[in-house]
Amino acid sequence: MVITIALFLLLWELLVLLLQLPAFILPAPIQVAERFVRALSDGSLLEHGAATLLEVVSGLSCGVLFASLLGYLLAKSRFLENVLQPFLVASQAVPTIAIAPLLVIWFGSGIFSKVLICALTVFFPVLVNTVVGLRAVPENLRDLMRSMRATPWQTFSQLELPAALPILLGGLRIGATLSVIGAVVGELVGSDRGLGFLINVGRGQYDTALVFVGVLTLVCLAVLLYSLVVWLEKRLLRWKLD
Amino acid sequence: MTASTASVISLQHIQMTFHDQNGELEVLRDIQVEIRPQEFLCVLGPSGCGKSTLLRMLAGLLAPTGGQLLKADNQQLSVGLVFQQSNLMPWRTVLDNILLPLELRGVPQDAALQKAQDLIELVGLQEFTNVWPESLSGGMAQRVAIARALIQDPDLLLLDEPFGSLDALTREKMGAELLRIWQARRKTVVMVTHSISEALLLADRVLVLSQRPARVLLDLPVRLPRPRGEEARYSAEFQAMAKQIRGAISV
Ligand SMILES: Nc1ncnc2c1ncn2[C@@H]1O[C@H](COP(=O)(O)OP(=O)(O)OP(=O)(O)O)[C@@H](O)[C@H]1O
Ligand SMILES: [Mg+2]
Repeated sequence: MVITIALFLLLWELLVLLLQLPAFILPAPIQVAERFVRALSDGSLLEHGAATLLEVVSGLSCGVLFASLLGYLLAKSRFLENVLQPFLVASQAVPTIAIAPLLVIWFGSGIFSKVLICALTVFFPVLVNTVVGLRAVPENLRDLMRSMRATPWQTFSQLELPAALPILLGGLRIGATLSVIGAVVGELVGSDRGLGFLINVGRGQYDTALVFVGVLTLVCLAVLLYSLVVWLEKRLLRWKLD
Repeated sequence: MTASTASVISLQHIQMTFHDQNGELEVLRDIQVEIRPQEFLCVLGPSGCGKSTLLRMLAGLLAPTGGQLLKADNQQLSVGLVFQQSNLMPWRTVLDNILLPLELRGVPQDAALQKAQDLIELVGLQEFTNVWPESLSGGMAQRVAIARALIQDPDLLLLDEPFGSLDALTREKMGAELLRIWQARRKTVVMVTHSISEALLLADRVLVLSQRPARVLLDLPVRLPRPRGEEARYSAEFQAMAKQIRGAISV
């Protein structure tokens, strides 16, 4: 792993040296590192990184919350499912990235439009997985809970939630990385904060090293979120792993 | 009106007709049965005749479309259910699966734990207390399911082909085990089975249902002395009863 990265950086440095590329086309790794340290010390990286993180985390939470609520209702009611199915399929066919500009036009360049984009990105995978997960709860286990006169809350917390959790977390895992992309696309389209904004600034000022810093931070953020969900899966689904 | 004190539950002219998009399906017709305290009742009948439906009704999961289900003292019965598949929750350990019924009732942990430990001992799974159900064999999982059904000290233990997915040898061992548990705890047991010899080895009384719509074809007391070991199978009485049941099922 370390060797691969070192090799990659070396090749990159050599490429810049051999082709005599100017920094605004391809900055050398060392320049990117310098820019990174500068962005870190003047606080801009933290500020914009935090802004993106805030959008993604709020978007994820809202999206997961609403998607699992609606998914629960859909799983419980065939009628609701039949009514909403066409809309859901259609909304799935529209790539969030394509409507990101629209959302920015409608809801302004503030944080709300980005939160909305993130929420929409996770919404569908989590919704579908909630329905699938709940439908997969064995009928006999439902009978068992009923025979013990479990309350609806007990049936939910002791049966439906744990049974659906593996599939639900799978939806979250897919959604988490997607929503980082969603947030940044929203920021690129229009915002005055966030990593997308930082990348835009770098581009506008021919500060390509800053663009690299933005992109790398973005990758780190996505990896971080993904690992967080994986960690959550490990914690919550111990019975699947041992 | 209450059932006579002599029965835990009394089925009077029970009818069950399902309605779905394909129309009506009459499953139970005029079922008349008294279930007596502490008896071991086995229910036999052709496949699809309505045995599980009857059991679900006893469990209070299904209301009959006709007739009456009278319970002793008009009280809600507590029931323990065991299915063909053990239906353990894979995200709970053996111990936590057994504790589930008490957890739902909010029984204090100390008391619950004591009961669970006793039952784990009764079904002989001490070494498996903290394992996940996935790593259990079919027979062990079924023993956990029985312990889970027993922990709430139910008025009625209902078993729907509990050993149906086990191999013949394990099945016999589990039957003997169930008898031992029944004798230790003195529960009223209603068990659905496909095996005539299993019914005759275990039951105080065998109920034979007809093809759908099911009626009671035969309500046969089994007066073989207990314990009924391997020799019991070869006694003339056993053979005669087996023949009688087989005759009733195949008409
Ligand atoms: N909820 C329901 N709605 C409609 N039909 C049902 C329902 N439950 C059971 N049935 C039908 O009632 C009939 C009896 O089913 P049941 O499961 O009671 O039979 P069984 O005697 O237990 O069969 P098996 O020996 O195969 O377990 C079947 O034809 C089944 O399709
Ligand atoms: Mg059945």
